[in-house]
Amino acid sequence: MADARSSGVDTASRSVAANSRRRIDPAVAWAFGCVGLVLVLGSLYSRSFLSPEYLLQQLKVASFLGVISTGAMIVILLGQIDLSVPWVVAVGGMMATAATGWGPLGEAIAIPVGVGCGILLGLVNGLGVAVLRLPSMVVTLAVNAVAQGLMVVHTGGFSPQASSSPAMRFLATGDTLLGIPNALVVWAIIGACAIFLLTRTTFGRSVYAIGNRERAAYLSGARTGAVVIAAFAIAGGLSAFGGVLLAGYASKAAQAMGDPYLLPAIAAVVLGGTSILGGRGNYLGTVAGVILITLLQSILSVMQIEEFGRHVIYGVVILVMLLIYGRGRKYSE
Amino acid sequence: MMGDARYWLREHRGTLAAFVAFVAMFALYAANHSAGLNANVAQTAANKGVVLAIVAMAQTLVVLTSGIDLSVGMVMVLANCLASHIAAGEAGVATVGVLGVLAVGAACGAINGMIVIFGRLQPIVTTIATGAVYYGVALALRPVPGGDVNAALADAATGQIAGMVPSSLLLLAALVVLVWWPFRRSVVGRAVYAIGSSEIAAYMSGMPIRRAKFVAYTLSGLLASVAGLFITFVTYSGEASVATGGTYTLYSIAAVVLGGVSLFGGSGSAVGAIFGALMFRTIGDLLFVFNVEPLWQPLFQGGVLMAAVCLGSLRLVRIRNRLELYG
Repeated sequence: MADARSSGVDTASRSVAANSRRRIDPAVAWAFGCVGLVLVLGSLYSRSFLSPEYLLQQLKVASFLGVISTGAMIVILLGQIDLSVPWVVAVGGMMATAATGWGPLGEAIAIPVGVGCGILLGLVNGLGVAVLRLPSMVVTLAVNAVAQGLMVVHTGGFSPQASSSPAMRFLATGDTLLGIPNALVVWAIIGACAIFLLTRTTFGRSVYAIGNRERAAYLSGARTGAVVIAAFAIAGGLSAFGGVLLAGYASKAAQAMGDPYLLPAIAAVVLGGTSILGGRGNYLGTVAGVILITLLQSILSVMQIEEFGRHVIYGVVILVMLLIYGRGRKYSE
Repeated sequence: MMGDARYWLREHRGTLAAFVAFVAMFALYAANHSAGLNANVAQTAANKGVVLAIVAMAQTLVVLTSGIDLSVGMVMVLANCLASHIAAGEAGVATVGVLGVLAVGAACGAINGMIVIFGRLQPIVTTIATGAVYYGVALALRPVPGGDVNAALADAATGQIAGMVPSSLLLLAALVVLVWWPFRRSVVGRAVYAIGSSEIAAYMSGMPIRRAKFVAYTLSGLLASVAGLFITFVTYSGEASVATGGTYTLYSIAAVVLGGVSLFGGSGSAVGAIFGALMFRTIGDLLFVFNVEPLWQPLFQGGVLMAAVCLGSLRLVRIRNRLELYG
């Protein structure tokens, strides 16, 4: 680290890290403020929105989106985007349940198989972006299509009958001694790893540097290619792990199980103050964004607002929040 | 003169490649079709391809400004649901209804544009959010699939002219001539290309940036609503389906890329995107005539998309300086 500290890679990201140490990122504060506001407004409707059981249940549901958003955030920090989330999630769930069907050995390796397939797909994304220099939006779109094709052939076009392994169910639905859902613990561990990776390692600093200006990062000696490939592989693995957890929660995998996660994952990351252009963002913000989106969806449905109203309110809330704190700069600045 | 031809070729390389690839694929399709190439085969193929082609045109306009419109499929679904209410009934009423649908589509595009221009939000997040809103409105209009549309109008749009040419192709050609060409030749159209190349340079040169973006987004919404209308004409009903909207949005990005439009903005044309879309549709049909098992169809389609996308990296061969990689 000593000699890396003098390099440009580090100065760019160090100021980011130093900033977050000195004061709280306003976007993160806003996002957590909105979480509080949503809870207060919800409690006016019903007291039960503030009960620990309800909140723990919501955090458990949020942890699936949280795991997927962690991967989405790393890619967005690079200034790229991962549109392959829907079918990488499905691949994770389907391959894990398929492995369970192979017998006792398969049951034991179900989770690594699911996550491993996601990492492989993520590697393809990363190679396309880093080596072939293609826009991430197209590469990940194509990988999504290929993953879908592979799964349709694999399952015969139906949702697979195989059910998830006990380990998957334990992670997704079980509770630890204190009544804290296991899924939440899993998200907390992944989140802690992400924070460490992003703020305390060369890899993390390179991610921020590449997001700010890839050319400068390259000239400063950052191994941009390897970092981009690794970032996409991590994102693929996390999406697939999200699928593994979802399959454990529902006890089986399904076609299109990942579809409802692409846009909310991007929205959660952006609501948390991460710039969609890359290079700027804080993991705590993503946590706030994930909780906010989950609470919003849950409270709107508990209030028995009709489905169309939920979509409209959901979209409007995202827009209003971003207009408050997520605006770009003027030309003159 | 020779110099002009060379520049013209360079500018339209993507469009020409998409055109050639489409013609080759369609020829292969028609040659192997059991019924050969007759008017009915052409009509079916055209009706399937035209919707995606129009959505791809809509996507192109926004992509040229180096933005992206993830709400384009939802505007289409909204137009479909609205049309199944107000484009039905007698000819006079239905005509007013069609105009109403187009106006709503343009308004959706204008809202996107206003938020991007004055709200200074990134297009991708803006359109994710507005897409949710538009879908909500569509769902309010059509909680369950149904509705109706003026049959004469629908048959005119999806039928044949003089028993030969599919009228949907004429509709597509009309959109190119009446919307795309005038736009491309206008000051605003020039400014859209300039913004896509370098927004800051366009700003410094005094280009009408706000007006250009606003027109691009509004026309994009308008075109998306034309596609929605056309779906209504084909299905005679309206359906608020997330899957339809999402699929068309993603396919429109694929079509735009296959059509040689740069996702970084500033280069490509809507005509290229049209051929990209028709090519994408023909891939699916090819599998059908070659009796490929339907199960393998999505994988094959994904593989072709992957291969086509990878062709884009051929430009790397010409790069001499590594730094050019990092724009």
